[in-house]
Amino acid sequence: MDEFVYDSVYLSSRDLREGRVLFETWQPNAQYAWDAGVAISRYLQEFKAGKLIGRSCPECSRVLVPPRMFCESCFCPTDDWVTLEDTGTVLTFSRCTITWDLVQLEEPQMPAVIEIDGASPGMGIMHMLGEVDPEALAIGMRVRAVWKPADERTGSVTDIAYFKPLKE
Amino acid sequence: MIRDVAIVGAGWSGFRSITPELSHKELMYDAAVRAYEDAGVDPRRDIDTFVTVGEDYHEGISIFDEYVPDQLGAVQRPVQSIAGEGIQGLAAAVMQILTGRFDIAVVEGHSKASNILTLPYILAFAMDPVFNRPLGVHPYAIAGMEMLRYLAETATTPEECAAVVAKNRSNALFNPLAGHGASISIDDVLTAEPIAEPLSRLECAGHSDGSVVFVLAAGETARVLSDHPIWIRGVGWANDTFWLESRPWGDARYARAAGEMAFRTAGIKSPAKEIDFAEIDDTFAYKELQHLEALGFCSRGSAGEWTLEGGTALGGEFPVNPSGGALGEGHLLDATGLARVLEVVLQLRGQAGQRQIDAAEVGLAFGWRGVPTTAGAAVVLSN
Ligand SMILES: [Zn+2]
Repeated sequence: MDEFVYDSVYLSSRDLREGRVLFETWQPNAQYAWDAGVAISRYLQEFKAGKLIGRSCPECSRVLVPPRMFCESCFCPTDDWVTLEDTGTVLTFSRCTITWDLVQLEEPQMPAVIEIDGASPGMGIMHMLGEVDPEALAIGMRVRAVWKPADERTGSVTDIAYFKPLKE
Repeated sequence: MIRDVAIVGAGWSGFRSITPELSHKELMYDAAVRAYEDAGVDPRRDIDTFVTVGEDYHEGISIFDEYVPDQLGAVQRPVQSIAGEGIQGLAAAVMQILTGRFDIAVVEGHSKASNILTLPYILAFAMDPVFNRPLGVHPYAIAGMEMLRYLAETATTPEECAAVVAKNRSNALFNPLAGHGASISIDDVLTAEPIAEPLSRLECAGHSDGSVVFVLAAGETARVLSDHPIWIRGVGWANDTFWLESRPWGDARYARAAGEMAFRTAGIKSPAKEIDFAEIDDTFAYKELQHLEALGFCSRGSAGEWTLEGGTALGGEFPVNPSGGALGEGHLLDATGLARVLEVVLQLRGQAGQRQIDAAEVGLAFGWRGVPTTAGAAVVLSN
């Protein structure tokens, strides 16, 4: 009987090696196709055309991007599409030096939230920065979208490859 | 209950097999707007607390709670999300009002079942990973085994179960909300292809997308807000043991326990005499019968005959699922129980149109969380 129960509160590597500690494994089969809805469908369609759009709120007059059909602040329907620039200002950023599985990256990823020109202050989209010296990154940096070639765009946020510093 | 609580606003959206034109947020927003308009409240000013029900695997997003405030008007307000049956969420909202700290509460539940491409696998993921899941059997087989045992223990017949389908899908024809209305005979049900014997395909509710939102208010506030508050007289909920290996297969004990709690809080001594009609979980046809008996509306083993004789039909002595139930409206995942509550509210208000029950004064809604669970929740509502 002894050999089939744990000897003590501590497990040894031998317990694992000899299969005295058992596991069940399972790979979930969880697949989804989310309806993007009115606002985001149009938003992604415009990505294909190389354009950014937002929605304006009739009550607080904010221009919201990504667009949504209602204003979360006023709880009212938004009422108009607004064409935005594909330029903006870095609101915040990070130099991310690890991958999802905690491997150190040689070249850091540079995610940022970019306030989009034409949208309200504090309204930005999250994307990546590129063609930029990581050491030169700063809040307030002016940037522009680098679009993938038109025939490679699929109606996804990745139709923008990244944002790069804008020479004004 | 220590404080009166009423439903003063009801809203819904969707209730169709697919809703490709709307995101789940837009679907929820539509239901919320309708509920707030119905209650005459501004969520940004008047509502004190918000409860949503849902399940991460149904959403396809973990910690889905994070994605609910915007479309309910709940940004920067108290929000609680419950992984449970819709009526458990309703109970949570009631309890928040009972604390005395909140006067107006909102409860929301929704389904985007059409967006889940692998729904049976998601259901199977709820089965015990060590004892049951490795067997690789479809979770509806649990319903098949339960139905067989229920029929054997109570001498209920397959015809009687099939009568539930014929009744509910026919009721749904009178309900503009319901997307699964159909004129179906008992014979159609019995000859439909088996899913997990003795369960046939037509005895399993199909799925629907939709959202349901209620505005709840404490006594005095409810009387100010509404000319016709629907009072929540009692709520109850219960779980049984999870073991498939040793659960009481023929008997929905969780429904009995949940019902007894709801009747106790409502001060109801004889549910069959004091309640006029019910909306009761019918995810599978036999479940309506099993739940009816466990809740005490008829004696064990008699629900089938009662149904076959028309006692639970729209014009019967005790109408059950006048809305069409889940068989007629479609299963709304975690919002299914709230859809049951919605019909009770509409009936009590006299807003049920062609399917209106005469002199409906007290109604019960009962929700079950589906296979493989033994989780049930009940609420008693009245004018
Ligand atoms: Zn606004």
